[in-house]
Amino acid sequence: MSRVKTLQALFKRYRRPGDLVFAWLFLAISVLLLSQLWDQAAYKAGGKLFAQPRFWPAVSLSLMTLFAALHLYGSAISERLDGRWKEVALWISALEFAAWFVAYAFVVPYIGYLPATLIFAVLLTLRAGYRSRTALTGAAAAAIVIVLLFKSFLQVKLPAGKIYDTLPDGIRQIMLTYF
Amino acid sequence: MENLLAGAMMLARWDVLLALLVGSIGGVIIGAIPGVGPAVAIAILLPATFALDPIVGLTMLLGIYGSSMYGGAIPAVLINTPGTAVNALTSYDGYPLTQRGEAHRAVSLAYSASFWGGIFGILCLILLSPVLALIAPMFGSREIFLAALLGIILVILAHRGQIFAAGMLAMLGIFLQTIGLDAVTYTQRYTFGLTFLSSGINLIVVVLGLFALSQAFFLLTNPDESPDAKPVSGKLTAGFRELLKHKRVATVASSFGVILGMIPGTGEFTAQFMSYTYAQKTSKTPNSFGKGSPEGLIASEAANNAVPAAAMIPLLALGIPGEALTAMMLSVFYVHNVIPGPQLFQNDIDLVYGLYLALILLNVIVFCFLLFSTNLMTKIIRVPTRFLGVLILILSFVGVYSLRNSLTDCMIAAGFGILGLILKRLNLPIVPIILGMVLGGIMEVKLRSALPRLKTPLDMIDRPISFILFVLILLVLVMHVRTLIKEYKAHLPEEDHEIHDTQLR
Repeated sequence: MSRVKTLQALFKRYRRPGDLVFAWLFLAISVLLLSQLWDQAAYKAGGKLFAQPRFWPAVSLSLMTLFAALHLYGSAISERLDGRWKEVALWISALEFAAWFVAYAFVVPYIGYLPATLIFAVLLTLRAGYRSRTALTGAAAAAIVIVLLFKSFLQVKLPAGKIYDTLPDGIRQIMLTYF
Repeated sequence: MENLLAGAMMLARWDVLLALLVGSIGGVIIGAIPGVGPAVAIAILLPATFALDPIVGLTMLLGIYGSSMYGGAIPAVLINTPGTAVNALTSYDGYPLTQRGEAHRAVSLAYSASFWGGIFGILCLILLSPVLALIAPMFGSREIFLAALLGIILVILAHRGQIFAAGMLAMLGIFLQTIGLDAVTYTQRYTFGLTFLSSGINLIVVVLGLFALSQAFFLLTNPDESPDAKPVSGKLTAGFRELLKHKRVATVASSFGVILGMIPGTGEFTAQFMSYTYAQKTSKTPNSFGKGSPEGLIASEAANNAVPAAAMIPLLALGIPGEALTAMMLSVFYVHNVIPGPQLFQNDIDLVYGLYLALILLNVIVFCFLLFSTNLMTKIIRVPTRFLGVLILILSFVGVYSLRNSLTDCMIAAGFGILGLILKRLNLPIVPIILGMVLGGIMEVKLRSALPRLKTPLDMIDRPISFILFVLILLVLVMHVRTLIKEYKAHLPEEDHEIHDTQLR
């Protein structure tokens, strides 16, 4: 029995504040997607059921909705936990960092990988609350190492910055290829 | 034997050896830093390895995969914070040893047990290979479809207490892979008229979002901490001698690791818990468990290190990944045009042996590296968590953007990053989404290619292996229902659930 118990404890996870909000959201999205089934996935007349383009979306979305409903039911009957909206506020606050990430991706093709990474690393380190010189130099150094490793050494496919075109001849070629 | 030699020849190149060295040492460091973990590292490095030779890229990622658990033991033992989620039980007995001033004993025992488990797992893999080469060709479309279905069911059922959540997330994964242009009928599925959705949602973008970006968001939205680990003094080789006194525990634990590693959806956690329970039950001093028992430490570390090699078995032989890391490895194989599955054992057996040898080598490299550099690692793990978040964000960009230089991919990844953050905060599992995507794709393709041969539904299971798989699926479901009934009748009390917090790291 003790083994069964340990295994049970292993897989059990416990509800946290905000679970109910997530459960509602997930169910709403599932239902919304399922309602689009006829519109968004075709059914070829005469074809076998299992080979229909609609088959797998139908199976996955129906089961997803079913599981989401059961999950919501589980959340709803559980004891209410404090701090639900505080938790949701934290999720929303994470959008800020998602925006930072997308902004970084947006500027790279314009100002180039090296400058964008340097600026982004230092600014985000400041945003994360570090003010010490060690942290800021560390961020700048890490940015340079990352660029050297991926772009200069591994030659990962990243676009060269438009700004590099304005550089003098000799440097331009190097910057376009390696940074 | 000649295949083994051919495999060795494959590795005898400076770039392969360098990749192995970088991968294994990098893996230890990454595993040692609480908050990064192998999933984040592999996700970030995936696209970077596309430009490399297949064997070079594969050995590098294999290095990270196989060595991160070694590193994860260091913070588990020294600061009671597991470096990777699978080192959770190591901290149970490792940290009390540190508190008693026996940190070097704990660390060296953890390394030795990891080494034992790692090598044991690979030896099993090598011994099983001829059998696999025999069985694998018997797997046709039907069998692979059923095996993938079994995988999905196991992944969902493995999340006891959260089966509904795991189910809905796995189904989300299956749904995600259907988005885009259907390859056979050329019809759009769930593209809502948006051109960027026509090519579908890329698995690597989802992986990077769910594992890497979510971790960055998680660290950045939490208060800053800086783990403080004290340096270790003493001879680290002593652990091996002590391990030899507990050969039985180490071997049984490794066997658990191998067996459970092969089954999709179970993996390290179950292996650890079962071997830990076994060690405690058969120990002469069961009361010392959780208070610094060397046997507990050995059981936990030997089990989790035997898993990577075993998890390669379904991956290489059938092309079916059992957990997130092997799912990522699968996409690496595909990119390098190495298609895991029955034909791999027939046509490229030397590559398979090359990978085995790489696994052995990496265990040796890591073991030697750790004997000399544990104190260096105690310095590295002090990186403040928010700063780590900044670094992960910068590194994730390389991963997502280098795929196809698409800003849309970055936005999709950021969206999945937020989803991943919510799941981590709620302690819900992320792995079912990834496995749903991978296994869902396999199921769709295999079911379609099996259709022409099916006249009646019974044809699906008229071959021996497909029949066995079908019986297994039924058995798993029945066993699950039986356990549920048993649990319901027994009214078991609540257990300590702090350990699941490690899921967050």
